[in-house]
Amino acid sequence: MFTEIGHFALALALAVALVQAVVPMVGAARHNNAWMAVARPAALVQLALVLTAFAALMHAYLVSDFSVVGVYENSHTAKPLIYKISGVWGNHEGSLVLWVTVLALFGAGVAAFGRNLPPSLKARALAVQAMISVGFIAFILFTSNPYLRLNPFPSEGRGLNPLLQDPGLAIHPPMLYLGYVGFSMAFSFAVAALIEGRVDAAWARWVRPWTLAAWTCLTAGIGLGSWWAYYTLGWGGWWYWDPVENSSFLPWLTGTALLHSAIVVEKREALKSWTILLAIITFSLSLLGTFLTRSGVLTSVHAFASDPTRGTFILVLLAIAIGGSLILYAIRAPHLDGGGLFAPISREGGLLINNLLLSTAAATVLLGTLYPLLVEVLADAKISVGPPYFNGVFLPLMTPLVIVMGIGPLMAWKRGDLGGALARLKVAAGAGVAMLLVSLLMNGTRLIDIGGAFGLAMAAYLAVATIMEWLGRVKPTRAGVWSRIAHLPRAAHGMTIAHLGMAVLIAGVSGAAAWKQERIQTLAPDQSVEIAGYTMTFKGVETVQGPNYEAGRGTIEASVNGVKIATMHPELRLYKQPPQQTTFTSIHTTFFADLYVAIGEAQGAEGAYVTRFYYQPLIPFLWYGVLMMAFGGLISLTDRRHRVGAPQRAAATIAVPQAAE
Amino acid sequence: MSESTATPRAKRWPYILPLVVILALGGVFGKRLLDVERGRDPNLIPTVLLNTPMPSFDLPPLPARGDALRSEDLKGTVSLINVWGSWCVACLSEHPVLLEIAKSGEVQIHGIAWRDDPARSLEWLAQHGDPYSKVGQDPHSKTAIAFGVVAAPETFLVDKQGVIRYKQTGPITADDWRNKIKPLIAQLNQ
Repeated sequence: MFTEIGHFALALALAVALVQAVVPMVGAARHNNAWMAVARPAALVQLALVLTAFAALMHAYLVSDFSVVGVYENSHTAKPLIYKISGVWGNHEGSLVLWVTVLALFGAGVAAFGRNLPPSLKARALAVQAMISVGFIAFILFTSNPYLRLNPFPSEGRGLNPLLQDPGLAIHPPMLYLGYVGFSMAFSFAVAALIEGRVDAAWARWVRPWTLAAWTCLTAGIGLGSWWAYYTLGWGGWWYWDPVENSSFLPWLTGTALLHSAIVVEKREALKSWTILLAIITFSLSLLGTFLTRSGVLTSVHAFASDPTRGTFILVLLAIAIGGSLILYAIRAPHLDGGGLFAPISREGGLLINNLLLSTAAATVLLGTLYPLLVEVLADAKISVGPPYFNGVFLPLMTPLVIVMGIGPLMAWKRGDLGGALARLKVAAGAGVAMLLVSLLMNGTRLIDIGGAFGLAMAAYLAVATIMEWLGRVKPTRAGVWSRIAHLPRAAHGMTIAHLGMAVLIAGVSGAAAWKQERIQTLAPDQSVEIAGYTMTFKGVETVQGPNYEAGRGTIEASVNGVKIATMHPELRLYKQPPQQTTFTSIHTTFFADLYVAIGEAQGAEGAYVTRFYYQPLIPFLWYGVLMMAFGGLISLTDRRHRVGAPQRAAATIAVPQAAE
Repeated sequence: MSESTATPRAKRWPYILPLVVILALGGVFGKRLLDVERGRDPNLIPTVLLNTPMPSFDLPPLPARGDALRSEDLKGTVSLINVWGSWCVACLSEHPVLLEIAKSGEVQIHGIAWRDDPARSLEWLAQHGDPYSKVGQDPHSKTAIAFGVVAAPETFLVDKQGVIRYKQTGPITADDWRNKIKPLIAQLNQ
């Protein structure tokens, strides 16, 4: 019953989205205010309907209604509640419902909070957003119906893949979708601006908060996914350059570039057509990711069950959305630019370099991801592109990026003083060199040590440069520091936190990549092995019962000089439905490093097991860094500049239009 | 004169370039999808064990039901090895197809009762019909893991030399049998 209501609500949402896609667009062309005004209620109603559809599907999972095919295939009565919920988006059909829910959420957000937008821009942006909704709701209804019934229906479901039964992964997809589907708003604004034929500072100011919100969620989403891979897969790795990982990382790279180029549009009325292109490309890459994971054109551990019919449908959707917007771009964009003069040595010059490096990085990752496919289709040969390629091209691009991240914020708009900025960077450069030397002294000078030391040096440089820039703004030696801190735009604090987060992340990546230690061996009970100064003693394995699995639970004691530091319990779990073995690692973190333990198969009858120990220095910094970047985004989002022009503040902004900076 | 008209046209190219790149990429994807649709999916690796000898095993029979299932005994005939369990809902949906295959006499089917209680396996076979020549018990997944089984049901077609020639992940449908497995058996029997 609820299921049918959900199905019906989704069909209604399609109708509403169709109206929202056409009426305001025509209204904007004819300057008809009444027609344009349709966009707002339509977007809100569309959200209400899509939420109903989503709730209905959720209901089917919660009550384990196995007459619904998706529930039967992905759920099980014995599954804990949280995984019944996450089962909704743990499969192709359900995840698409989440997809359109996020799409409608952003559209309704603009409808509800965008009262200060020019009516025609708002009408067009919401109409474009609705066109995307039409495409994807139709995709669900015609090729991937999540409300399909089974008759007769089984009494028990097949269960969710145990690897996905994890709290980190339960919230990873919603965060990720809020991120890359959220970029749809930037796309809709970009297309609307192309139709209007006008891009100005105000446009950039309206686009930025939506892009920032999406970017913040995407950062957190990718971080969660990486963290999950780290602690569940049992091999101590955290990033594999898998095609699907890459397809979430690509919009992050171009989205980051977009955030920065939108600032240039806002402040200097330059880089307009470039910013529009980035907005289109960022969402296009999100769509590409959706296509790659669902069409079966690539193999990946993350891919959904592949189906060429669906692939064709998405390819047509992609062709219309991306092709259409780029045709519009080719026609309109040449007339957009022609803003102020552009001096290479300036804040905007630094942001331009940042953009070039980020885009190049995105292009190389895209090439590496698609290269096996291109070679296979065009040359009928099989190749694979692995981490050596990605590390080899990606890291050299990150080095100049980090250097510019230190310099850029120190330079003024229009005409920066490179000499002055470099003079202020002396301390930061000194910190970098000092870190390099300390690390080489402490860790040795093998090639890998030099690489690690270099990474730490970059992190130290960026951290110090970022803090110096912030101190330069708040001037802690003079009176009135607190008031200056309070009056500094939130966006400036946000940038400082996010850039610091980047420095912390670089430290984590460098440490984990250079000085990870591992010991893999078979241990009998009470045997020990040394790793990074810890003595790891294997105490044996006992069988324990989980809610829907049976586990061999190992006990391993970590001690230093005979003093017990931690007792760790890694598990080897055998899930009952579907029957599958997974590792459950145990991690002891010291804030600066992780001691990471996993157990494998039993060896012989004496109670001996394969044990894997990893010592991962600085890896916690990776997660702190991601958290700081997401937090920086959040702080920046609260900047009053994003709310300026809202009715209650309108008077103030008209009086001092340039007051925000 | 000619210069003033040529310049804007030359400048248009950077704006058209993204479209051209995307169209080319779309073409590649389109071709790939066509390939997949025509059943030529070069990326699909059915099993790493394909065209390699099956792992050796010696599984005890279900109580009072025939002989043990040994990899050695299977040599000399083409056989299907079906990994199944009484707990497995999808196996039940596959079962009628297996019964049909057994009735046709085209090939003998052996079962591996995976992670199952022998009494329940027997009860299940009594209730739903028994298509298997031999059934071996694999309660601790030893053989299932050697075969790389991810989820039941999975079925392997093994030739006379004991080499795996085909793997079915998930239930065999009547179509799979008619269009893929049956022709392959005929070929292997020649």
